Amino acid sequence: MAHASYLDKKGLWSWLSTVDHKRIGLMYFWTSMGFFAIGGILALLVRLELMFPGQTIIDPNLYNKMFTLHGAIMVFMFIIPIIPAALGNFFLPILIGAKDVAFPRLNLASYYIFVTGAALAVIAILNGGVDTGWTFYTPYSIRSATSVVLTSLGVFIMGFSSILTGLNFIVTVHKLRAPGMTYFSMPLFVWAIYATAIIQVLATPVIGITTLLLVMERVLGIGFFDPKLGGDPVLFQHFFWFYSHPAVYIMILPGMGIVSEVIPVFARKHIFGYKAIAYSSLAIAFISFIVWGHHMFVSSQSPLANFLFSILTMLVAVPTAIKVFNWTATLYKGSIQLATPMLYALAFIFLFTIGGLTGLFLAALSVDVHLHDTYFVVAHFHYVMMGGTVMGLLAGIHYWWPKVFGKMYPEKLGKLAWGFIFLGFNMTFLPQFYLGKMGMPRRYHDYPVEYASLNFVSTVGSWSLGIGFAIMFSYLIWSLYRGKAASANPWNGKTLEWQIPSPPTEHNFEETPVITAGPYEYGVRT
Amino acid sequence: MLALFKLPQSSTMAPNIDNLFNFILWVSIVSFTIIVVGLIVFVLKYHRRRSDPEKTPYIEGHTPLELSICTVLFVLLMGIFAWGWIDYAKIITPAQNAVEINLIGRQWLWELEYSNGRKLTNELVIPKGKPVTLIMSSADVIHSFFVPAFRLKQDVVPGAYTQLNFTATEIGIFPAYCAEYCGTAHSGMIAKVRVVEPEAFEKWQQIWEIEQQLGEDSRGDRPVAPTATTEKPEARGQRIYAEKGCSACHTTTGQPLVGPSFKGLFGKQEELADGKKTTVDENYLRESIMDPQAKLVKGFQPVMPTYKGQLSDEEVNGIVAFIKSLKN
Ligand code: HEC
Ligand SMILES: [Cu+2]
Ligand SMILES: [Cu+2]
Repeated sequence: MAHASYLDKKGLWSWLSTVDHKRIGLMYFWTSMGFFAIGGILALLVRLELMFPGQTIIDPNLYNKMFTLHGAIMVFMFIIPIIPAALGNFFLPILIGAKDVAFPRLNLASYYIFVTGAALAVIAILNGGVDTGWTFYTPYSIRSATSVVLTSLGVFIMGFSSILTGLNFIVTVHKLRAPGMTYFSMPLFVWAIYATAIIQVLATPVIGITTLLLVMERVLGIGFFDPKLGGDPVLFQHFFWFYSHPAVYIMILPGMGIVSEVIPVFARKHIFGYKAIAYSSLAIAFISFIVWGHHMFVSSQSPLANFLFSILTMLVAVPTAIKVFNWTATLYKGSIQLATPMLYALAFIFLFTIGGLTGLFLAALSVDVHLHDTYFVVAHFHYVMMGGTVMGLLAGIHYWWPKVFGKMYPEKLGKLAWGFIFLGFNMTFLPQFYLGKMGMPRRYHDYPVEYASLNFVSTVGSWSLGIGFAIMFSYLIWSLYRGKAASANPWNGKTLEWQIPSPPTEHNFEETPVITAGPYEYGVRT
Repeated sequence: MLALFKLPQSSTMAPNIDNLFNFILWVSIVSFTIIVVGLIVFVLKYHRRRSDPEKTPYIEGHTPLELSICTVLFVLLMGIFAWGWIDYAKIITPAQNAVEINLIGRQWLWELEYSNGRKLTNELVIPKGKPVTLIMSSADVIHSFFVPAFRLKQDVVPGAYTQLNFTATEIGIFPAYCAEYCGTAHSGMIAKVRVVEPEAFEKWQQIWEIEQQLGEDSRGDRPVAPTATTEKPEARGQRIYAEKGCSACHTTTGQPLVGPSFKGLFGKQEELADGKKTTVDENYLRESIMDPQAKLVKGFQPVMPTYKGQLSDEEVNGIVAFIKSLKN
C-alpha cells in the first residue's frame, strides 16, 4: 500500500482545518454516530420505563424529556445529516468523478454550523432538557418551563448547515461531473442525494422561520401561536409540517439511494428500471411538499383541506411502490451474494415495505381518525425511518467501510449483528402496530393493563436491537486497528469509487476520469 | 401468556372504520407477500452458489410492466381514498337532533357540562343509540379526546371550538384517552364514557333536576353543590348577557339596536361588511365576542368592545348556549 491516502496527515488541526470532502464527511459521520448512540440509549430507557404499566424506572416529567430528546436527537442530529452530510459528502464527488464538492470551504463551514447548533442543543439538555416532544407543538411549547428556546435555536442553526450542504451538492452535481457523465449515467445514489438536496434547500428555511417565531413568542411575548396572546396554535402545525413532512424524505431518499447501489453489485445485475427509480426520487421530492396536512386530519383543519391532503398523500405510494418493485426485480436471474451490505439492503426492502404499506392506513381519512397519535403511528414511522433509512445507512456503512478506511470489517460478526438487529427491530415495533390499533396513545408514560403484554415484548425486543448495535460498533472500531487491509475493489463494483485505491488519495483521481459506460453494467448482453 | 386484548365496536362508525382498516390490511398483506416471496425465491434460486456471477443476463427494465403497476396501484389508492373520505364525511356531519354536551379539556382532566347545567369530571354519560355532539374547547394547551371503542378522536384546541359526533351502539363503560401530548399527566387524562339505555339516561337527568329543585340530595349521601355552579349554561349566558352589558347593544326580540339582535341568529347565514357570507356557528360566535372586528356584520359600526380575557371558557359556552336557545 504505497499510495498516499487522504488519512495520512495526522494531528487534530489537520482535521479541524480540512477542506477535503472526505475528511469533512468523516467528521460528520463520527459526530452523528455519537448522537445516534445517545439517542439509542435514550430509546432503551424509554422502552424500559414502558416495560410494565405504572412507573417502572422514571417519573413522568423525566420520561417526557427523554422521549423528546430521543426524537429530537435522532431526527435533527442523526438521521437528517448522517447520509447526505456524512456518506454523501464522502461519495458524491467521487461517484461523479470530481475531486471535491463545488464549494469546499462552505462545506467545512456547514460542519461548524452544524456543530454549533448541536452544541446549543446539548447545552439545552444540560440545562434541564426539553419536554415538548420533537414536534414542539404550541401552545404547550410556549408555556413549557423547559429549555425550549435553546433547543429551537439549536434546530434553527442546524437548519443552515442542512441548507448549505444541499446547495453545495446541487451545484456539485450540475457543475463537476466528469467528462462523459450524463445525468442518466449518474449512479442512483447521486440522484437520491440530489433530490434530497433540493428538499433541504427549499423546505429547511420554513423550519428556521418557525423555530424563530417560537423563540420570539417565548422571549418577546409576540402572539403568533398562543391563543392567550391572540395567536393560532394550529398555524404552528402547518408551519412545522410544511418542513417536517418533506424532511421525512430528506431522511428516506438517501437510504433508497444506497440500496440502489448495493443491490446491483451483490446481485451482479443492471439496476432494473434506472430511469423509473431516478424519476420517482424527483416525484417523491415534489409530492412531499404538498402533503403536510396529513399530520393534521383531526387538528380542526377544514374538511376540504383533509380531502386534498388525503388524496395527495395516496399519490406518494405510487413512486414508492415502483422503487420497491424495481429493487426486487433487480434480483431476478442475478447471482446473489448475501454479504452484510446486501443483507441490510434486503432488510431495507422488507421493513420499508411494511412501513410504506402502513402509511396507507394513515392516509385514509376515516381510519386515521382512529389511528392518529397512537402507537400505530409510532410503529409506522419507525419502520420507515429505522427499518428504511437506518437499514440503508447500515448497508452503506458496510458497503463503503473498506473504501473509507481501507480495512475490512469481520463478515461473520457483521451477519450476527444483522440478525440481532433485524429480529430485535421486528420484535420491538411489530407489537406496536397492534397496540395502536387497540387504542394506546403515543407519548404515554403509563398505560392501562390491557396493553401490558405487548409492551413487555416490545421492550425485550429493544434489548436485541441494543445488543446488535453494540456488536456492530465494537467490530467496526476493532476493524480500524486490526481489520484486514481492503483491496481497491473488494465487491467488484463498477462505480467510480471502486476504481481508485482504498482509502482514496487526497484528490480522489490522479487523472480526471472519462466516463464511457453506465454505473450498472453487470451481466451479459444478448 | 399473550392474552391479546380486543377492542369492542361500540359506535355506529366503528364497524365502518374497521372494515376499511381490514380492507387495507388485506391489500397490504397481498402486496407484502408478493414482494417477500419474490425476495425469498430470488435469493434462493439465484444464490451465488447456484448462479454464475459472470453469466447473469443484462436486463435494463420493463416500462410496460412499470406502467401497469402504476395504473393498478393508482386505481386501488383512489378507491381507498374515496372509501376513507365517505366515512369521514359521515363522522364530521352532526345529526340534527343530537344531544349536545360541552367538553372542556384542561391539564389534566376532562370537564363535561350538559345543557341542564349538570357537570361531570372525567365522566361522560350518554344514551345508547342517540346521536351525541361534543362541543369541545381547551382551557390551556391542545388535547385530543379519543374513545378507542368508538374509533373516534378529535383535537381539543384552546381558543376555538371543535366538535366530535358519534352514536354509541353498546351499553357499557369505555375509556376515553387524551391523544395529544399535553405534559406531565398526559397518560393519566382518562375519562369514562358510560353508555346507558336512553330511558335510564332520561331518568338519570330527571332525578338530578328534581334534586336541584329540592335543593338537596334526596339520597342524602352526596354533598349538594351550590346553585351558582350548577346553573344551566343557557341561564348562565342570559345572566352574562345582562351583567356584561351585551344587552346595551343587542336585543333578544329581533329588533336591531347598536348591534344585531340575538333572536334567530344561530344557524343563520350572516352577511358581512366585506360582502362575504358566513354561517353563524359556535366558532363564529366565539370569534364575534373575542375579536369583534374580525368579521363585521353588514350595516353595523365596528364599535363592539372585545371581551378577550374577560370571559372564561365556561362563560363563553354559556353565551353560545343562550344565543342557541333564541334560535326561533
Ligand atoms: C357597544 C355596543 C356593543 C356591546 C356592548 C356588545 N356588542 Fe356585540 N355587536 C355590536 C355591534 C355594533 C355588532 C355588529 C358589528 C360587528 O360584527 O362587530 C356586534 C356583533 C355581535 C355579534 C355578531 C352578530 C351577528 O349578527 O353576526 C355577536 C355574537 C355579539 N356581538 C355578541 C355580543 C356579546 C355576547 C356581548 C356581551 C358580552 C356584546 N356583543 C356586547 C355591538 C356591541
Ligand atoms: Cu408526513
Ligand atoms: Cu394529553
